[in-house]
Amino acid sequence: MIKRYGAPVSTENSLTEEPSELLRELVAHLRQNRTQLREEWVGRISETRLLTAMTKDEIFAEATSVYDSYVEALETETFEALQAYARNLSERIIPRGVETHEVVGIVLLLRDVLARSLFAKHQTDFKKLNRILGAYEPAANRIANTVAVGFVQERERVIRQQQEAIRELSTPVLQVRERLLILPIIGVIDPQRARQLTEQLLRGIRTNRAKVVVIDITGVAAMDVTVANHLVQTVEASRLLGATVIVTGLSPEIAQTLVTIGVDLGKMNTVGDLQGGIEQAERLLGYKVVALQESR
Amino acid sequence: MEVPILKQGDFLIATFQAALSDADLNQLRRGLVAQVVKFRSLGVIVDVTAMDVMDSFASRTLREIAHMIRLRGAETVIVGIQPEVAFAMVQLGLTLEDVATALDLEEGLAYLIQKFKSVD
Repeated sequence: MIKRYGAPVSTENSLTEEPSELLRELVAHLRQNRTQLREEWVGRISETRLLTAMTKDEIFAEATSVYDSYVEALETETFEALQAYARNLSERIIPRGVETHEVVGIVLLLRDVLARSLFAKHQTDFKKLNRILGAYEPAANRIANTVAVGFVQERERVIRQQQEAIRELSTPVLQVRERLLILPIIGVIDPQRARQLTEQLLRGIRTNRAKVVVIDITGVAAMDVTVANHLVQTVEASRLLGATVIVTGLSPEIAQTLVTIGVDLGKMNTVGDLQGGIEQAERLLGYKVVALQESR
Repeated sequence: MEVPILKQGDFLIATFQAALSDADLNQLRRGLVAQVVKFRSLGVIVDVTAMDVMDSFASRTLREIAHMIRLRGAETVIVGIQPEVAFAMVQLGLTLEDVATALDLEEGLAYLIQKFKSVD
């Protein structure tokens, strides 16, 4: 079956070529002129000052593989391989500070370079040029799309991963003695972090078989009513697991917030500073710290 | 499914299974409250490790069990509440106030033994 494709052109022999045939012809052309087109592209890249984070040799090497995957994607009309390559490339160049506009820019440059070479090749046969471009443009746009989406996805993945890492780092649950955990909280607590903190603490109580937990919030300047409520709930949930919670280092602002929401102080065990909290925890656990006489 | 009540020295131990109907809970309450005096037990441990959901009825029943057993002259410890369950309960306001809780069976036993050591 013969399909119409691209811009409508006169009927003489335009219907005799299928788009896939046109693409094959196109691919052959791109293979033939690989060296020249690639060099032209690399030239355009450095001209427009894209990928300044990479050296010239690196750009050339990457350009070669991008070019080949590009041609391959045109030939096979499957984009999975290109997608995988784009992800792989992004993984390598994102840490070096390559921006989205640069990646999109170079792919669009390649599209322009190839389109120009098609113009140059078929400038005498306008109808043919029209048909070839009709086959080339949708494929090229899709390639540009695939690469850009791949890059952005990779970037988002990296950002998500880092966010997770920061969150985990920021709320360590530490065992200081047998059955005594401390949870130093530093920085701003939003509801999401508060929830994660609770989860980590409750799991920590389970795995370390903790009896007493000291939550130190010296590093928290203020918290809103939601988070303060959450803190109280965390204390109660810990009690359900059989652990006593001591909260230390409440700032005047946080004390104000807790009073405003009307916390039942019978449920909250608070001590002024972390040292006092640990001392009280040791008393609860039956430890007694005695200074050695010889030590100074 | 009925909850078995085991006698272990001076204590009674009841271990919850995953899915308990309200009728099972009521039966457990009757059983525990009757047996605690029959065996002259000092304490009761209710192990809820297997429960990954705790609804308001279950948590109210637990509290009632604890209070009734105190009126019958013994102590109750709830053990093995899962971290997720604990937080969900607190968010629903089911905090089991004035009921003793412990991490697991071992902790619960240690708590009761500690508690009654001074009595002896």
